[in-house]
Amino acid sequence: MLKYAIKRILLMIPVILGVSFLVYFIMDMAPGDVISVIAGDQNLTTEQLAELRASYGLDKSVFVRYLLYMKNFLRGDLGTSYITHKPVLQSFMEKFPATLMLTIASILVTIIISIPLGIYSALKRGTIKDNVALVLALLGQSIPSFWLGLILIIVFSLNLHWLPSGGIGGIKNVILPALTMGTGMTAILTRTTRSSMLDVLRQDYLQTARAKGVPEKKVILKHALSNALIPIITIAGSHFAYCLGGSVLIETVFAWPGVGRLIVDSLNSRDTVMVTGCIILKSTIIGFILLLVDLLYAVIDPRIKAQFAKGYKR
Amino acid sequence: MNKESLSESILEIRDLTVHYEVGQEVIKAVNHLNLSLKKGRTLGLVGETGAGKTTTALAIQKLIMSPPGVIKSGTVDICGNKIMELSVKDLELIRGSVVSMIFQDPMTSLNPVFTVGEQIAESYMIHEGIPKKQAIEKAMKMLETVGIPRNRASEFPHQFSGGMRQRVVIAIALTCNPQLLIADEPTTALDVTIQAQILDLMRKLKEGRGMSMIMITHALGIVADICDEVAVMYAGRIVEKGSLADIFNHTKHPYTEGLFNSLPNIRNRSMRLIPIPGLMPDPAHLPAGCAFAPRCKYAGSDCTAEQPEEHWISDSHMVACAAYGRNGFHIERHEK
Amino acid sequence: MKNKNIHRLARDAEKADAPILVSERYARRSQSTEIWIQFRRNKGAIVGLVLVAILVFCALFADVLVDYDNDVTGINISQKLIRPCRAHPFGTDDLGRDILCRVLYGTRYSLSIGFVAVIIGMAIGVTFGAIAGYFSGLAEDIIMRLTDILGAVPSTLMGIVIVSALGASTFNLMLAIGITSIPEFVRITRATALSVSRQDFVESGRAAGFSQKRIIFFHVLPNCLSPIIVQTTLRIASAIIAASSLSFLGLGVPVPAPEWGAMLSIGRQYIRTYPHLTLFPGLAIMITVLAFNLLGDGLRDALDPKLRR
Repeated sequence: MLKYAIKRILLMIPVILGVSFLVYFIMDMAPGDVISVIAGDQNLTTEQLAELRASYGLDKSVFVRYLLYMKNFLRGDLGTSYITHKPVLQSFMEKFPATLMLTIASILVTIIISIPLGIYSALKRGTIKDNVALVLALLGQSIPSFWLGLILIIVFSLNLHWLPSGGIGGIKNVILPALTMGTGMTAILTRTTRSSMLDVLRQDYLQTARAKGVPEKKVILKHALSNALIPIITIAGSHFAYCLGGSVLIETVFAWPGVGRLIVDSLNSRDTVMVTGCIILKSTIIGFILLLVDLLYAVIDPRIKAQFAKGYKR
Repeated sequence: MNKESLSESILEIRDLTVHYEVGQEVIKAVNHLNLSLKKGRTLGLVGETGAGKTTTALAIQKLIMSPPGVIKSGTVDICGNKIMELSVKDLELIRGSVVSMIFQDPMTSLNPVFTVGEQIAESYMIHEGIPKKQAIEKAMKMLETVGIPRNRASEFPHQFSGGMRQRVVIAIALTCNPQLLIADEPTTALDVTIQAQILDLMRKLKEGRGMSMIMITHALGIVADICDEVAVMYAGRIVEKGSLADIFNHTKHPYTEGLFNSLPNIRNRSMRLIPIPGLMPDPAHLPAGCAFAPRCKYAGSDCTAEQPEEHWISDSHMVACAAYGRNGFHIERHEK
Repeated sequence: MKNKNIHRLARDAEKADAPILVSERYARRSQSTEIWIQFRRNKGAIVGLVLVAILVFCALFADVLVDYDNDVTGINISQKLIRPCRAHPFGTDDLGRDILCRVLYGTRYSLSIGFVAVIIGMAIGVTFGAIAGYFSGLAEDIIMRLTDILGAVPSTLMGIVIVSALGASTFNLMLAIGITSIPEFVRITRATALSVSRQDFVESGRAAGFSQKRIIFFHVLPNCLSPIIVQTTLRIASAIIAASSLSFLGLGVPVPAPEWGAMLSIGRQYIRTYPHLTLFPGLAIMITVLAFNLLGDGLRDALDPKLRR
């Protein structure tokens, strides 16, 4: 089991390298000269500009620069922002907790709503209640998150004055962004829970449990759900990773000071080092979370665990 | 529940009718079934796939899935408990303790995410109210009774072979010493050699505990091996029932005759197999008269008009065939 | 009498053994009618189909319904920021342009970006996925690693990166979204191709001397179609959201274009005072995405053999 985990972690390394190269390379193609931004209002001669360029190492070819970048990356130095002059890693670590907090809040909201709703929907399959739940889920999946955020702001913040319209703070500030981010996830997870439960409800071992005299409620919540949860947890995990990555929009709408906002702001000020570093870091973190989810899947499903114990690849 | 007389009746089914309502169609799975079983006896419930055997078994514990299944009529009496009138809670008390069931496919009957020890122990915990640790201990003892080493209690179902899983299922069924064990084709999904082992195990356990058993099967060989009485089902009704000798040596119903004729004769290898022509009728569109009449070579106009009466050949032997109302009628398969 | 039965048995046997190589015409005709019947039963799918048809109509005939220069981009400051009324059912925006006209014209952008982006993703993704699924071994490993790398970056961020690198234009937007769609197509195609390639009729094709290319494109791929079709439809939905997201962030279509996401970005500035600017474009996005999701779900249910009774 541990061997499998280590193998997967090692496999991630080429992926991280590939991602970093891809992002670095594409960002390098971005138009706009950082040097002119840095030079700002000073009227520098061509020679002074060239000197400035060389001092930032921007006169070498992209491949050389990439290698230098990676050398530093591995030492934990992702470069310094051209604009704020703070190390990229430091800025990232400052903003990351906010993004994390938002994502965790939204996944909690999601789990609380979607799992009971999905179970209920599966049990009442075909009835009106089930169809209503499915329609709501479909709507939730189809709403653009940033628009939902704006609408929620209009209703709850500007009209009802119940909740603030942005910024980080206490619980009140988290509610609207978490709900917005969670809506799409809730929709998908409800449908997943429903179909997973439907699959499990057909299984013979539930009849065995009933014939044993297990009360119906326990048959559903213990015998059925424990099997249905397996795919649900893995999908929830991958959605967590997806939301972590897609926090850009929500953070923009709600002026939430997380990594997403940092990336967008840096993009606007042409701070390519910051953008590159943040995206690479974010992708790496998401990759690790997905890996954890995969391993979690192995832990909770005894059949998969047994496969790993014998050394098989999934 | 009194256990006084040996000829005490464990199971009494009267006029059981079970329908499945699927969309527009009504599937008449079981139709006005009567059956009884005495203590310590083993009944073989025989019939082809679709005859209604499993539905009958599920109806006995009222385990029919409520949409789409509906129990239209009938009473079931198990050791004095009127099943159809009991509340859900009381039913749950009876299931697993007074009456137990073994299902057909051992590969899917066990919950994959719980250990076999936990699944056996759950029965003890529910019916005897003992704490988990004690229950696991008893579960391990039960595993030994069915021939599995006790230290395997912490393993998961996928770590066992088909035959061993079926032993676990039997262990679960026997935890609380049920009066009645219903076994729905317990060996159909297993190899022939394993089949023999499982049947042996079941026979030993049954005798040791004085349990009554209903063995549902389509294999007459198993019936001959382990059953005292036989009931033959066709299209949701019992067409012939009696003791083992009655059915095997004094066969009366044309369908039963057809079943025996379909078996190869080991003494006369060159004899041709005589299959029963046609197929069992669609349970959603059953004829008004005898359901077997279209395939029966003895059928007459008296057969298609209405349901055949029950004729009692002896105290134990019943056949539901209109032909026996005619003078001097007998099927070709004669007394042995 | 005897001959008829033999023919029927032979035909059935053909159908069972070789889904595409033999009896193509038989299988195809009855299959598509069967699929249509299944599809028709699903009310949501019909609604989706109708909506998509309406949207496509709007996009194609936008020029006829609406005058581009006057209504869509014509600046009319005196008419600015009017709330919804009879003359302007959706109101006007900050430059006096009628929002209903702009939303209608916006179908052209959203649908075209959605379609082209997904076609790009599909063409590349399906090809590589089929190769990976058919050849296995080293080719599969390399393709899947590359796909993992491409998919490791969250799609929104990837889109942002590509557009900011290439510049904001409609085509670059299509390209960016198309590229982010590739991994899903590769994965789905590979999974199906893998199981299809193991079937006997592929082996018999090889034995008959068909070239690899022929086998992949004419025998393996047609059998992978169902999940690809479903994925394409659903992908169009997410492409439309991605397009409007990027435009919302200012990274999409150039300025006067009536793209819904861009309109929302403008609306955001006036959110406190003129919320109607935010309402209608977003509603348009939602309905469009809903339509494609309904259609995609309906197709998935109709095409999924497991769901057939």
